[in-house]
Amino acid sequence: MTSIIDSFSRAFFLILDLDKELLGIILLSLKVSVTALVIATFIGLPIAALLGFKKFPLKAFIISILNTFMGLPPVVVGLFVYLLLSRSGPLGFMGLLYTPSAMIIAQTILAFPIVASLSHSAIVGVDPIIRQASMTLGATPLQVSMTIVREARYGIMSGVIAALGRVMAEVGAILIVGGNIAGYTRVMTTTIALETDKGNFELALALGIILLFISLLINSVLHIIQKKGSAGLQR
Amino acid sequence: MNLTLKISDIWKSYNGEDVLRDCSFSFNKKGIYVLMGPNGSGKSTFLRICALLELPDRGSADYLSGRKMLEKDIELKRRITLVLPKIGIFNASVFNNAAYGLKIRGVAKKEIEDRVNNQLEFFGLSHKRNNNALTLSSGEIQRLGIARAMVTEPDILFLDEPTASVDQKNTEIIEDIILKMKDAGRPTVIMTTHDKTQAEKLADYLLIIKDGRIQTVVDKL
Repeated sequence: MTSIIDSFSRAFFLILDLDKELLGIILLSLKVSVTALVIATFIGLPIAALLGFKKFPLKAFIISILNTFMGLPPVVVGLFVYLLLSRSGPLGFMGLLYTPSAMIIAQTILAFPIVASLSHSAIVGVDPIIRQASMTLGATPLQVSMTIVREARYGIMSGVIAALGRVMAEVGAILIVGGNIAGYTRVMTTTIALETDKGNFELALALGIILLFISLLINSVLHIIQKKGSAGLQR
Repeated sequence: MNLTLKISDIWKSYNGEDVLRDCSFSFNKKGIYVLMGPNGSGKSTFLRICALLELPDRGSADYLSGRKMLEKDIELKRRITLVLPKIGIFNASVFNNAAYGLKIRGVAKKEIEDRVNNQLEFFGLSHKRNNNALTLSSGEIQRLGIARAMVTEPDILFLDEPTASVDQKNTEIIEDIILKMKDAGRPTVIMTTHDKTQAEKLADYLLIIKDGRIQTVVDKL
C-alpha cells in the first residue's frame, strides 16, 4: 500500500515538474492520434454523406461492414498494417514501419469506421422535412445536402470525439507498427505498458493519470455536444 | 413580368389510388387563392405539385412569364416558395433560419441583415432574433416559417394549412399577416385550408377540392 501511495506521489511530482520526457510522449501521442483523426474524418465524412444521400448497389453491405469494423481489434489492425509496411510487404519500399507515420496509418484505420458509421447514422437521423424545407426555399441539391450535414453536426461531432477516445486509448496497433522506440515512436499507452513491465510505476502512473484526464476531457466534450444536440428535440 | 401558373389535366395516385383526377386551373391573377376541402381531398398534393416539389403522373404544372413558358430550373424554383404544414426549422438561431433562403442565393451580408430584420419585425419575431428557433412556440415557428419564405420575396407563396397546428390567437395573427401581405401588393398567395371560416375571410378566389377534383371555383372579387 505504501509503495502505491509512494508511486502516486512521485507520479504527481513528474506531472507538476513538466518532465521533458513525459511532455514529449504526451505531445507525440496527441500528434499521432489527432492527425489520424483528421485523416479519418476527411475520408469518413464524405463516405457517410454518400451513404446517407445516394442509393447504389451494395450500400447496405457497406454499412454493415462499417458497423462491424467499429469494433476492430487494434492488434489485428496492427498486424495488417505491419504486413503491408514490412520490408517484404506491398508498401515496404516506403520505409514507414516503426515510424510515427505507420502509427498514424494504423490509428486512421481504427478511427475511420467509427467516424463514417456514426456520421452516417447522424445524417440519416435528420428529419426528412429538413430536406423538403431547404428545397422549397430554393436550395440546389448540393446545398440541400450541406444543410442536412449541418443539421447532423452534433451527431457527427459525437462520432469524431468517440473515435478520438478510441485511438487515444489504443495500444495494440501502435505497439506493433511503431515499435515503441524511445523519443521517436513511444506514446502514452505504449510507455505505460513498457514501464509497468519494468516495474517503473511512477512514469506509468503519471501517464495513466494524464490519459485518464484526457479521456475525461473527451467524454465531457462529448456529453456537452450530445446535450446541445438533443436540446432542441426535447422541446 | 408577372409569374402565372397553369395547371393542366393533372392526375396523381398513391398505391394505385387516385388522389388527384384531371385537375386544371390557371392562377393568373394577383391575390389570395384558397384551396378548401376536407382532409384527404388531395389539396396538399395539388399544392406540392404546383410548387414543383412533386411531379404529377399525368398532366403538367407550367409557369409562364407573359406568354413565355419557363423552364422548371433552379431560377424558377427560387421565384416560388412553399411553406409546409410542418415547418422544418433548422437547429440555428431565428435570424439564421430566416436568412437561409438569402444565404443560399449568395445575397450580400448587409442586404441579408436588412431584409431579415424587416421580415422579423413584420412577423413580430424581432425580440427572438438571437434565440435558437427550436425554442419557439408552435405559433412562433409557424410565423417564422412564413417569414423565412417571405424574406426571399417570392412571386408566388404557397401555404399548406398554415394554421393547422396553432391556437386560435396565433391563427388570427397569421390570418392578419396574410391579409397585410395582400395589402402590400405581393406575393400571390395560394393556400390550403379545411376551415370554412378562414377560407371566407382570406380568399379572393376559392377553389373547392373534393375527391381529388376541383369541384367549384368562386371569384370573390
